[in-house]
Amino acid sequence: MRIECAVRPGIPDGRSAAVTRELRKLEPSVRVVVVDVYLIDGRFDAARAADLLGDSVANDVVVDGRVRDRAHSEWTHAVEITVKPGVTDPVAQTVDSVLAPIADFVPIRAQTARQIVFHAPTLSTSKISALSKELYNPLIQHATLIERIQGDVNSRGAGSSGGDRRSTAPNADAPPAGFPDEYPRAGSPEIPVVESFALESMDDDALETLNRERLLALNAAELAAIRDYYARTEVRAEREKRGLTGATDVELEMFAQTWSEHCKHKIFAASIDVDGRVTVDSLFAESIAAVTRELSAGRDDLLSVFDDNSGVVRFDDEYAVCFKAETHNSPSALDPYGGAITGIVGVNRDILGTGRGARPIFNTNVLCFADPDCPQRAVPGTLLPPERVLDGVHAGIVDGGNQSGIPVVAGAFLFDDSYLGKPLVFCGTGGIVPNEVAGAPGWEKRALPGDAAVMVGGRIGKDGIHGATFSSLALDESSPTSAVQIGDPITQKKMTEFLLEARDAGLIRSLTDNGAGGLSSSLGEMARESGGVEVDLDRCPLKYDGLAAWEIWVSESQERMSAAVAPEHLERFLELAGEHDVEATAIGRFTGSGAVELVHRGRTVCYVDLEMLHGGLPRMRLRASWIAPEARGPRPAEHPAVRRGDDRASPPAGEHTAGRASRGSPQPRTGDDVSGGTGRTAAGRAPADAGHSPAARRYADTPHTPADRLLALLRDPNIASKEALVRRYDHEVQAGTAGKPFVGRAADGPSDGGIVTPRPDSPRALTVTHGVCPRYGDWDTYRMAVCAIDEAYRAHIALGGNPARAWALDNFCWPDPVESERTPDGAYKLAQLVRACRGLADACLSYDLPLISGKDSMKNDARIGERTISVRPTLLISLMGIVDDIERSLSSDFRAAGDAIYLVGQTRGELGGTAFDRLFGPLWEPSPLPDLAVTRRCYEALAGGIERGLLASAHDLSDGGLAVALAEAALGGRLGCSVSLDAIALEPVLDTPAVDGARGERNPRFTAGLRTESAGAGAAGGAGKPTSRHTEGTGNAAQDITITDTILFCESAGRILVSVAPEHVNSFEAQMHGLPCVRLGSVDAASSLEIDHEGSVIVSSDLEPVVDAWHSFDRRFENGGIG
Amino acid sequence: MTKVCVLTGYGINADRELAVAFADAGAVVECVHLQRILDSPARLEEYRIIAFPGGFSFGDHLGSGLALAGIVRSHLLDAVHGFVACGGLVLGICNGFQVLVKSGLLPGGDEGAAPSASLVYNASGHFIDRWVSLRTGPAAAFSPWLAGIETLILPIRHGEGRFVHASEEVRRATVSRTAFLYDADNPNGSEDDIAGVVDPTGRILGLMPHPEAAVRPHLFPQWQRRRPTEPLPARRLFANGVNAGR
Repeated sequence: MRIECAVRPGIPDGRSAAVTRELRKLEPSVRVVVVDVYLIDGRFDAARAADLLGDSVANDVVVDGRVRDRAHSEWTHAVEITVKPGVTDPVAQTVDSVLAPIADFVPIRAQTARQIVFHAPTLSTSKISALSKELYNPLIQHATLIERIQGDVNSRGAGSSGGDRRSTAPNADAPPAGFPDEYPRAGSPEIPVVESFALESMDDDALETLNRERLLALNAAELAAIRDYYARTEVRAEREKRGLTGATDVELEMFAQTWSEHCKHKIFAASIDVDGRVTVDSLFAESIAAVTRELSAGRDDLLSVFDDNSGVVRFDDEYAVCFKAETHNSPSALDPYGGAITGIVGVNRDILGTGRGARPIFNTNVLCFADPDCPQRAVPGTLLPPERVLDGVHAGIVDGGNQSGIPVVAGAFLFDDSYLGKPLVFCGTGGIVPNEVAGAPGWEKRALPGDAAVMVGGRIGKDGIHGATFSSLALDESSPTSAVQIGDPITQKKMTEFLLEARDAGLIRSLTDNGAGGLSSSLGEMARESGGVEVDLDRCPLKYDGLAAWEIWVSESQERMSAAVAPEHLERFLELAGEHDVEATAIGRFTGSGAVELVHRGRTVCYVDLEMLHGGLPRMRLRASWIAPEARGPRPAEHPAVRRGDDRASPPAGEHTAGRASRGSPQPRTGDDVSGGTGRTAAGRAPADAGHSPAARRYADTPHTPADRLLALLRDPNIASKEALVRRYDHEVQAGTAGKPFVGRAADGPSDGGIVTPRPDSPRALTVTHGVCPRYGDWDTYRMAVCAIDEAYRAHIALGGNPARAWALDNFCWPDPVESERTPDGAYKLAQLVRACRGLADACLSYDLPLISGKDSMKNDARIGERTISVRPTLLISLMGIVDDIERSLSSDFRAAGDAIYLVGQTRGELGGTAFDRLFGPLWEPSPLPDLAVTRRCYEALAGGIERGLLASAHDLSDGGLAVALAEAALGGRLGCSVSLDAIALEPVLDTPAVDGARGERNPRFTAGLRTESAGAGAAGGAGKPTSRHTEGTGNAAQDITITDTILFCESAGRILVSVAPEHVNSFEAQMHGLPCVRLGSVDAASSLEIDHEGSVIVSSDLEPVVDAWHSFDRRFENGGIG
Repeated sequence: MTKVCVLTGYGINADRELAVAFADAGAVVECVHLQRILDSPARLEEYRIIAFPGGFSFGDHLGSGLALAGIVRSHLLDAVHGFVACGGLVLGICNGFQVLVKSGLLPGGDEGAAPSASLVYNASGHFIDRWVSLRTGPAAAFSPWLAGIETLILPIRHGEGRFVHASEEVRRATVSRTAFLYDADNPNGSEDDIAGVVDPTGRILGLMPHPEAAVRPHLFPQWQRRRPTEPLPARRLFANGVNAGR
């Protein structure tokens, strides 16, 4: 039965209007209507089914006919889009449950589709076919196109694969010709046999062939270790008892998943030789765990760190809170919507799987894309254009968060050319768990021998096979589409409520989520608690038949948790699941046998020692080689493809590969690399001729006045408001969001982060902030890491956070840092990682900021043909902290005319890697680095002032520096300000400290020069002419950057802009005595921005153009007034 | 003591804060899985107020609230009408409002009549979260929920909140049953700026905005600059219901 449903003519149809708007960007004449299609297997009362599936007021519903003849009677073409076999279809699951009562509970196996009905008489069918590609993703969806030809209907696959066929529709009421009543389904009656491999007789080449063919993503040493394991006499004896000889495919797949970079963080655990001077034993142990251990002395708030699916810390006497962030980059590159939604619901499960279950209370997301205006022709190979990636990821975040009922309280969008190959999709979730659940701390868990192993939630299909190993490889054209999944927030929401009720009833001993590696990973981990596990794979609920044993074991099908349930509680546990309409199945039991044992069709198909599985992984030995910034010269040119207004598909090859041909030590590269075939020596990047970055070109016509530069910065997508996107996230469900994403008089000013009150009856709140500044790493990743910590921490302070109660997560997204033929500059990228870790450690120690969890993603490269596009090394810091009393929290907007404006913190004039550099550079100079000791004292003093109620507003300085912060605080309050820069003294740029024996960089000429000029400017005392500074070493002598520019736009870290009511000015100045804190001016009733320096008016602008520039990026997402 | 049943399950997600809002107003609140009510609709008699919270029941996969509305229509319609006839009150917020409208309970009329209005996609075509100004409509004259409330600001968080009538006749009848109107700025294109309606008795109230998210000053968007005047009207709404349910 085919049921078609459309909005009835006369009723407004906002969804069709929105699709029409999107398509009109490409084809102004088109108008479409969206039709929902339900295909149902079985016999029903058609009228009742139609009544249940359609809205009797707003919809026309047609059973076994064509609703488009009513909805869009002049239609010319129709495209029907459905998911490919095996791809999750949550709508179909809802249809199944809604119709179940009228189907006598016989499984209905509904399928759904969406029809886009076109009225486009002037467009050719091939043009419609091209347009329809904007509407679906051929990786996971299939489309059929029908053309209306006077009674005849011509149907063809809209995708590249569909064959043509013709059919006839004699009259409009006949069953629709062309569109089928059933689409192909997944599954096969045949169950693949378990394969077995005699590893001991394989040489290294044969092992590597096996590795490649099965996509195991293991290295030679790991393969050899596995081979050695199977050759051991006692292993062979134990296996023979169970009828096993060679290694089975189930076992190999489990090794591959468990030992994947994704699961075991091999690079962070590796032994690293740094420049032959120092050996790092393990970056994780030395730079992360050791820091937290050192900081844990004398504090009792760190309850469970690094052990569980998220880090757990004390909130108050009754509750603990936990936090975790993940990335979902590779899947989002292939299917942006599915990748993002799965990323969100996945990290929600990390929270649910913390201890015996925590409740998610907020989400965060930081999304990194290439420039959305990148011309499609410039996007290499099979990659999706950045705008599609942005739209899809954003839609996934919207649905994932909103449908789960978890507010998005903080986040960011970053646009950088280096994310063209792989977008970075960071998803974070915070949770809450009672300090005591059923007599024990809520964050404690332990499966015991004899406990049932229960799988809860969704069923297992082939979706998401090899996700863990796939994300541990570079993305290339052969990447498996089965690694893509579609998340179903509703199934997970039901599961969440069930598990939390079961937790409170004391029915759960241990709980973890099924993420990467599926059951092999979740039960494999939980087995360590009890000492073993045995599972009957035949008892695992499947979506359809035909899965191989290994697929059942490693599938990453979504919305599943694994629980350990004591035998005496199993019956009640399963019964409670039924009450919540949640599937739960005991599939095995935990043991103390020391092994993971799997049975399939009555035979043992896996028997592996836990000790080998978790302890047998050989340590990687890697080489890191640092090249100081002076030796590197100016940074490489931007990704050439992203030049705005440049319609060349890509520049001549020479432009890619030009530069110093250096043999031996390869030069570091970021952005678009050309691998240059096989057996090549690496080509260095073009140095000094990189004077035409896209950003510089974009604003080439901009007069270089500070006011115009400020407006250009406010228009830049990295800085501009993203309100049009962010307001599509529910940011306040659960009724705890006290600090919203937008603040101020018109609720459109930027906030420094989110504030959440998790307990309605308590004044205690949580700040949620981020720090991420990948461009600072071009000079030195040490500085980038310090600044990322500082950015997150200073936002916490600006919001009114307690300086001694904050906790951070580190998420590293790196290009492959392992030196190889394909990655000749791996040793440098690894050195960047080492230095980032050292910066992270130094900053955390300085701020008493413990890291409580983290994650790394180390293969963020896309290889398209001969090109490699690697992300800029990116470290995201996500911070959660305490606000003791919500009444004392602050927002960024100026409050009242007459309030005094102060700048707290030291201004050092660093422009390297800043927004200014990106738009008006390139420059080649150090990125920001604060004096951590001074900065900490400033923050503590400020926090004291906030506690005393002395501040009216606080805004942290980040992208665009002081100028942008002033503009944001002013537009937030819709109040002007008059300030003078004269009081700001430029402090010297700090050298990077020595790291691992490698001396930090020094630019004596640069720093000395700046200091002299600064002093000179001071001495000139109001001569009225800001001193010029010539940018060094860029070969771009045309640009003069004045001291005024430096003060206005530098992004020196550790600075906060505050406003203080007149009655508190004296107390505030006393509070900040002896610290770098200067009065700049005051807030004005007149709505204009006035900035003076040394007697000259530097900026004098009404707020209106400032607000207009701030919302420029929003306007591209506003609707065009259709419907 | 007024006993309130807050329905949960199947993707409802704003149940916990709704329970808190009623508890703050002095009610005894139980969050009850919808399945337990379906198993025995007579259970409703234990309560004085039934609340349908916001969220995404069944993912809104067939249209917002539609799947749950179908269940209410086939299994609970008589029970709800009986409940109201005995003096009970019903509140539907956001998704709960969509359920009440699409099951025919709002704007109501003859018992068991077919639905006469709907909530369709916003004019913008997408979900939006922002705060809006509202004023009460003619229903304030008789609905126990609305006593003493004139204007208020509340957050909307929906993609399908555009109220449409099935006919001009319904439209005329709905005027007197209009509980809340968008004041000055209509965020979704609703006909006649309708943000919420009651049934002819005034005891069933549904609205798109979220009063349960406006019961504490620090949940307001500009509370740090301009503290909302207390008592907060949203608290009044819940107190009205609890008092009327006594």
